[in-house]
Amino acid sequence: MKRTLPLLIAAVTGFVLIGAHFVPYTQSWGEEAMIWFDILAAIAFILGGANLVKLNLQKVSDRRAGWGYAAVTVIAFFLTLVVGMAKMGVHPSPQFAQFAWSGDYVQEGSSFWFIYQYAFYPLGATMFALLACFIASAAFRAFRAKNTEAIILLSTAFIVLVGRTYAGTALTGWLPEALQFDNLTGTIMNVFNLAGNRAITIGIGLGVVSLSLKILLGVDRSYLGTEE
Amino acid sequence: MQKSFFFWVLAGGLVLSVGASPVLAQSPRPPGEVRAVDFPNDAGEAVQVEWELSPDDQPQPAERLVVAYEILRREAAGESFTKIGEETYQSRSFKDDRCTRGASYLYRVVALGPDGARSPAAATRGPVTPVMQYFDFSQLWFGVILLIVGGSVVYYIQLARSGRELKVRRIAGLEAVDEAVGRATEMGRPCLYVPGILDINDMQTLAGVTVLSRVAGLTAEFDARLDVPTSRSLVMTACKETVEAAYLGAGRPDAFNEDSVYYLTDEQFGYVAGVTGKMLRERPAACFYMGAFFAESLILAETGNAVGAIQVAGTAMPSQLPFFVAACDYTLIGEELFAASAYLSGESHQLGSLKGQDVGKVLGGTLVVVGCLLSTAVVLTDAAVLNHMLTYLTENVLGSQGW
Repeated sequence: MKRTLPLLIAAVTGFVLIGAHFVPYTQSWGEEAMIWFDILAAIAFILGGANLVKLNLQKVSDRRAGWGYAAVTVIAFFLTLVVGMAKMGVHPSPQFAQFAWSGDYVQEGSSFWFIYQYAFYPLGATMFALLACFIASAAFRAFRAKNTEAIILLSTAFIVLVGRTYAGTALTGWLPEALQFDNLTGTIMNVFNLAGNRAITIGIGLGVVSLSLKILLGVDRSYLGTEE
Repeated sequence: MQKSFFFWVLAGGLVLSVGASPVLAQSPRPPGEVRAVDFPNDAGEAVQVEWELSPDDQPQPAERLVVAYEILRREAAGESFTKIGEETYQSRSFKDDRCTRGASYLYRVVALGPDGARSPAAATRGPVTPVMQYFDFSQLWFGVILLIVGGSVVYYIQLARSGRELKVRRIAGLEAVDEAVGRATEMGRPCLYVPGILDINDMQTLAGVTVLSRVAGLTAEFDARLDVPTSRSLVMTACKETVEAAYLGAGRPDAFNEDSVYYLTDEQFGYVAGVTGKMLRERPAACFYMGAFFAESLILAETGNAVGAIQVAGTAMPSQLPFFVAACDYTLIGEELFAASAYLSGESHQLGSLKGQDVGKVLGGTLVVVGCLLSTAVVLTDAAVLNHMLTYLTENVLGSQGW
C-alpha cells in the first residue's frame, strides 16, 4: 500500500497532465495538479526546516567537528525566522494604518530587508564570484594540449574566446573575411556548437519521454522507497 | 451705421470666445470591418476579435492620430457595452479569454486618439458564441510523434519481458559508479551524493534519485558512509525513502542512518556553500552529481577535484555539461542520465525502454535529414512545391499549425 498508493497518484496525475496538453477541457485539471504539488512542497518545507534544526542542534550538542558552523546556522535560522515573522521594523501599510503588522515583511528599511540586503545578498554574490576562479582553474586543466582532441578543443576555445572580444576583430582584421575570428566564432557557435546542442536536446527529450513512461507505468519504482 | 457697429462687436466677440475656449481634439476615423470568431482549439472560453486598421493609423506618421484601440463587449442579450481591453496602435487583433462557454457576444472597437479623442465605434455584424473543441488539433503532429515514441518504449518493454535479449552499449560513467564507491570504501572516506537543486517534479531530479538507489545499495553492501545533502524538502523525503529501501534491499537495514540524508537550504548559493564546506571538512573520496544544476555545477565539481575525489556527474542541462566534462572524471550527457536507472538495474524490461528511445532517435534523425535536404533543395531550385513541403515540415509537423 505504501508504494501502490503513491504510484497510483503519480500515474493518474501524470496521465492527466499529458491529457491536458491535448484536450482543452482538461487544461485546468493540469493546473489543479500543479497547485496540489505547490501545497505539498509548502508542507514539506516544515519538514526540511525541522530536519535542519535537529541535525545542527545535535551537532552542537555532541561537539562534533564543525559544530561552530552548525551553531551559526541555527542562530541565523532562528534570527531570520523571528525577524521575518515578527515583522520587525515594518511600518503599517497606509491602507490599514491602524494595524501595526499590516506592512509587507520585505518592506524597504525593515529588519528582514536589512538581513537580505546586507548579509544574504552579499554572501550569495561572494559564492557566485568564486565561479570566476573555478572557471580559470578548470580551463587550465581542460585546455592542456595532451592529444589531438585536446589540441582541437584548445584551438576552438582560443578562437571563440578571442573572437568574442574587440581584440579578435582588431588582430585578425587583415585576414579574409571568413577567417576573421569574429566570423569564425559565429560559425563555430551557430553551426558546430548548435548542432551538437540540438543533438543533446533531442536525446534529452527522448530520455524524458522514456523515463516518464517507465514511472507512470510503474516499471521503475526505485524512487518510491520500501513497502516496510 | 448702428447695425454695422453691432455686427462687428458680435463678430469680435465670437472670435474671442472661440479663441478662449479649449481646442477640441480631432477624433480619428473608426477602424474598418470588425470580425469576431471562436478561438480555435480551446475549451470554449475565448473569442478572437480582429479589425482593419483605422485609415488614420499609419505605420510611421508625422503625427500619430491613433494611439490605441479600445475593445468593448456585451452579451447578445445584454444592454450596454463594457470595456474589456486595449491594444496599441497598428494592432489588428485581441484575444478575449474571459468568455463563458455557450454565451453569445457582440464586440465593438474604438480607435483612440491623443488627448482622449475617440472615433465612432466599429461593430461586429452579428453575435459570436465560443465553442469547446474536444481535441487540440494544433498539437496533432506532436501527439502522433509522442504516440510513436511512447508506443515504441512500451512495445520494447513488453518484448524484453517476453524474454528477448536486448543489447545496450556500455556507459562508462555508470560503470564507474561501482569503482567510485569501492574506492571510497578502501580509503575509509564518505561518498557524497548531490541530487541537483530542483524539486522532485523535475525529471532530472527523479533520474538522480533512481541512480541514488544504486549508489546507496553499493554503500550498504561495502559498508561505506553515504552523505546526501538536498536543497528541497520533498527531495529529502524521497531520497530518505530511496536510501532506506536500498539498504533494506542489500540486507543491511541496521546500517541505514536516517541522518545521512538531510536538508540544507532552497537557496542556490547557500546550498553550494553548505555542500562545499562539507566537502572540504570531510574530504569525500567519491562525489556524485546527478540531477539539474545551474551555476553551482563548476563550484561543486572543482571543489571535489580539489579534495581529490573521484567524480561522476550527470545532468540534462546543456549549458552545464562542459563544466562537468572539464572537472569530473565521468559525465553522463543528457539522455545517459535518464538511461541510468535502467542500465544500473540490469532488468531486461527496463532496458527495453532504452531500445524504444532508439526508435525516437531514428525518427528524429530522419526528420533532420529530410529537413536539411529540403532546405538545400529549396535554396538550389527555388521550387514552390519544395518550399511548401519545407514550410509544412517546420510549421505543421514540428510546429503548432496542426494537420
